[in-house]
Amino acid sequence: MSEPTEITEASVGAAVEAALAAIAAASDSAALKTVRTEHTGESSPLARLNGLLRSVPNDQKAALGKLVGQARGRVNQAFAARESAIVEAEAAARLEAERVDVTAAAVRQSAGARHPLSLLQDQVIDVFVGMGWEIAEGPELESEWFNFDALNFDADHPARAMQDTFFIDPPEAHLVLRTHTSPVQVRTMLEREVPIYVLAPGRVFRTDELDATHTPVFTQFEGLAVDKGLTMAHLRGTLEHFARTLFGDGAKIRLRPNYFPFTEPSAELDVWHPTFVGGARWIEWGGCGMINPNVLKAAGIDPEVYSGFAFGMGIERALMFRNDVEDMRDIVEGDVRFSQQFGMVV
Amino acid sequence: MRVPLSWLAEYVDLVPGTTTGSLHEALVRVGFEEEDVHDFELSGPIVVGEVLEFVEEPQSNGKTIRWCQVRVAPDGETAADGGDAVHGIVCGAGNFFVGDKVVVTLPGSVLPGPFPIAARKTYGHVSDGMIASARELGLGEEHDGILRLAELDLDPAVGTDAISLLSLDDAAVEINVTPDRGYAFSIRGVAREYAHATGAAFRDPALAGAGSGSSAFPVTIADDAPVRGRIGASIFVTRVVRGVDPTRRTPAWMIARLKLAGIRSISLVVDITNYVMLELGQPLHGYDLDTLVDGIVVRRARAGESIVTLDEKERTLSVEDLLITDGAGPIGLAGVMGGARTEIGSDTVNVLIEAANFDPVSIARSARRHKLPSEASKRFERGVDPAVAEAAAARAAQLLAELAGGTVEDAATSTGQAEPRPSVFLPDGFVSGLIGVDYTDDEIRSVLIEIGAQVEQADGGLAVTPPSWRPDIVGKADLAEEVARINGYDRIPAVLPVAPPGRGLTRAQRLRRITTNVLAGSGLTEVLAYPFVSPTDAAAFSGLEGEVAQPVRVANPLDGARPLLRTSLLPGLAEIAHRNLSRGITDLAIFETGLVTLPTASGTFGSATLPVGNARPDAAVLADLDAGIPRQPRNVAALLLGNAIVRQPGQAPVAWDWQDAIGVAQRLGTALDVELVVEQGAHPAFHPGRTARIAAAGETVGFAGELLPDLAASADLPRTVAAVELDLDALIRLGRSEILARPVPTKPAATQDLSLVVATDVAAGAVRAAIVEGAGELLEDVRLVDDYRGAGLPDGTKSLTFALRFRAADRTLTAAEASEAKLAGAARATELHGAHLRD
Repeated sequence: MSEPTEITEASVGAAVEAALAAIAAASDSAALKTVRTEHTGESSPLARLNGLLRSVPNDQKAALGKLVGQARGRVNQAFAARESAIVEAEAAARLEAERVDVTAAAVRQSAGARHPLSLLQDQVIDVFVGMGWEIAEGPELESEWFNFDALNFDADHPARAMQDTFFIDPPEAHLVLRTHTSPVQVRTMLEREVPIYVLAPGRVFRTDELDATHTPVFTQFEGLAVDKGLTMAHLRGTLEHFARTLFGDGAKIRLRPNYFPFTEPSAELDVWHPTFVGGARWIEWGGCGMINPNVLKAAGIDPEVYSGFAFGMGIERALMFRNDVEDMRDIVEGDVRFSQQFGMVV
Repeated sequence: MRVPLSWLAEYVDLVPGTTTGSLHEALVRVGFEEEDVHDFELSGPIVVGEVLEFVEEPQSNGKTIRWCQVRVAPDGETAADGGDAVHGIVCGAGNFFVGDKVVVTLPGSVLPGPFPIAARKTYGHVSDGMIASARELGLGEEHDGILRLAELDLDPAVGTDAISLLSLDDAAVEINVTPDRGYAFSIRGVAREYAHATGAAFRDPALAGAGSGSSAFPVTIADDAPVRGRIGASIFVTRVVRGVDPTRRTPAWMIARLKLAGIRSISLVVDITNYVMLELGQPLHGYDLDTLVDGIVVRRARAGESIVTLDEKERTLSVEDLLITDGAGPIGLAGVMGGARTEIGSDTVNVLIEAANFDPVSIARSARRHKLPSEASKRFERGVDPAVAEAAAARAAQLLAELAGGTVEDAATSTGQAEPRPSVFLPDGFVSGLIGVDYTDDEIRSVLIEIGAQVEQADGGLAVTPPSWRPDIVGKADLAEEVARINGYDRIPAVLPVAPPGRGLTRAQRLRRITTNVLAGSGLTEVLAYPFVSPTDAAAFSGLEGEVAQPVRVANPLDGARPLLRTSLLPGLAEIAHRNLSRGITDLAIFETGLVTLPTASGTFGSATLPVGNARPDAAVLADLDAGIPRQPRNVAALLLGNAIVRQPGQAPVAWDWQDAIGVAQRLGTALDVELVVEQGAHPAFHPGRTARIAAAGETVGFAGELLPDLAASADLPRTVAAVELDLDALIRLGRSEILARPVPTKPAATQDLSLVVATDVAAGAVRAAIVEGAGELLEDVRLVDDYRGAGLPDGTKSLTFALRFRAADRTLTAAEASEAKLAGAARATELHGAHLRD
């Protein structure tokens, strides 16, 4: 390009045309950098034309100054627009170059899970805590007195022999693996003041071989309420409320006469499971009844003043029919795939 | 208890159309759970046939068969299978004669098995049916030959339906009898309960005539050592029946009923005693009168005495065993099993029947002591109606006369008498107040009368004398149950009681829940192991306390190889890990929270004597009971093996190792807000160089690191297994119970690195602790970022680089202030550990 020596419309126009053409042709930031030097830099034609303004006559200064100024403005504006377009495009290209296959994301932490038994136990606890009940606990290796005698199991009564008890060596120590969480009820009545409304969840032990429906180590929760004026209707009300929270609004309960040494009257508890896989049906769930006066006496509570009710169910059984677990062994064997089906929810 | 329907129907009117199903439904309403249904599992045509002729045909296999012509329908009529009146049948038995009436299972019938009968070719003939043995019909074990109806004193017409003839069309329901209701181990008791359930009319078989007259056979009750203060035999009734025909067979109907009730037919006399026991609930024993020496004395066994029981076993007796004896010694272990010497034999003609009422406790103990649970002991343990003994003896005598041709001596011996039942006072309003149903006075009174109680009006209530067969009714709550039971539990409404405001979970319960959630959220899977371990595992893993005394042993373990209660959660986790590995799950992070049992160092535990049950023991006794129970802290443990991060695109595998185990501990420390100190430690189950002792407030709370490689290998696991076990109770106890927040400073931080050279055996944690101590309050955070050994350092030293972050709460720190604090930290490390700044 020839060096402009005079500010004319033609020379200014030619410089502008050349600059705009170069700007339009620049395709990346490197090219744009060259365009900047050549068309807007100190030695660019427009800069030189601007320099010529110093030597034009005063009466033309305003007109020519305006001509050059507008020309530079046009070029700068075009440059800025092109520059921002290129920056944007290049940024987009850089990000595009960073594209990954999200379906191949590396897993950097293994999936953990709670055991559904303990999750269901928490859920049961929450229902009763919501009713104002408290949670009581006790040892698994128990004195026979708490497990049997205090619960009105006479030492020679067949009911005691029918408990399938794990006894501890030597027998004279009178220790057993608790066969139910009922010893916690006795401990609770000994320790707390009436009125008492507690739930005792925990592991219990019976000498049943492991098979599809039995396990020698299982989990129970037992409820105990001692207050003035409690009746079997209160027992039914509590169980019905609980059944609905665990099995849905369609759940209901049925009581059948039964025998337990620690309750009188005693009942077997069935629950109507409205969403059972394979059709709604009655399911045997546990035992319950009004606390036997002898049990209250063993805890120093006057049965003429107070009455109470108690109930107990197995969590394994609840899990089996609520979540369609078909084999007890899946619950007890510790295969991580079993728990991982549940995650943190049961 | 199994209840044949035909038998039940003798004493109560069954609702028309009653089936085993509807009978179960009726009985469950009054508290008898359904167990099973029993029948003969056969179907006809099964008819009476007459052997017209047979030809004996020896076979090449050495057997001789009989090719028989059997008339199975009257002449000129069609047989029940649609075939000819005379069938040709091949029979392998040789115990019958021409003219015998037999049972023929015609083609189309089905015998138990199931064993369908069809005409089939055998031994060169087409055998058109089968001549049945008693065993094939399900009527007994007899299989020496076919059943000749003459042996049952039967001579029915040819073609008679043998199924009804032999009562094979009967069925029984099996119900679960709870241990308080011994009376329901009888047809009498179940019939009464069926009447309660349905309102049907009940006829009490025990009202049938008792004996008359007095002492015919000398009996003395001489219990000089009653168990728990109770005389061993309160009642002892005997009847004598003479001239019994020992060739008489038990009638088919009785065999069928016994069979359905689960009792095998033995001989007519024995069958009768069993039959009456099932009918009335009174166990009976029959003696061969001619083998008895003098009269009977009921007494306790003497030290060293023994008896040979019916099963031909000699049993050494305890002085607590109650015996029936005669002039020559023991003839029966009372209420449990009779003696061999006076047993009813195949030639017995004179019979002495015993119907006694024995003390439940004494019988229960003897049955358990000699491991001889019997039909008799089962009933005595639960309590037998003392009022039924005479009727039972009379009923047996009557059947011996009717069926065995005996002559009953009029006189009965009846020694002793039942103690009168005290009446129970039932205050007005009590039943409704306990059950929550407003029963009318009439409803209450009529139920009590219906169950057999005597009811009298008393001041402010009723005086109720329970029936003799209900030893379980001792208080007013028992009466309330009867009222609720007979009226139906369905009448009880649902009322939700309002508990006083609760306090929610305890702190420990909340923190335990957090523990499991944190570990699951950290990628570990919760498992629950059995607490039973082998002696090897118990020794190898021991407990957190190191010096655990002998673990507690289960006296009757299911698995004899694992009799001990765990002192550590790790063996159970190792077993579960192995199970997962064997199923192809090789990357594992599992944890458990659970109780372990830590007996005292003395090794003694328990309580020699227990307080009585129905009164509150005093505080000292309760404290003793509790002191006898070994400590059972709740632990939390985890096992990590295989890869924490598996190989993936752009991701090299990262194996679980000892650091992750320590990480689990630290994560719990953070979550439970307990400050944990990690130090080099030693534990028998852990790698000697890779064991961290975890402490809090100066107390050891657990161990983390790598399992001893040999131990891991012996558990069939890879040699590198990371493990951690902590005393969760201790963590919760040592955590801050009250957390007071400090303000969060927002002035700019100053960060500096500090490299210190120390001897290689100086623990990084100790150096860090020294820096923290020396640097003072301005130090906000310190992190070990490098451990360098090698070129440029003297042998036996390492350079530890820490990244330090300083901050002041009230001003922007200058570099000089930060450096000064840093150097103070370094100086403390120099002082304590000989550290020097790396050039």
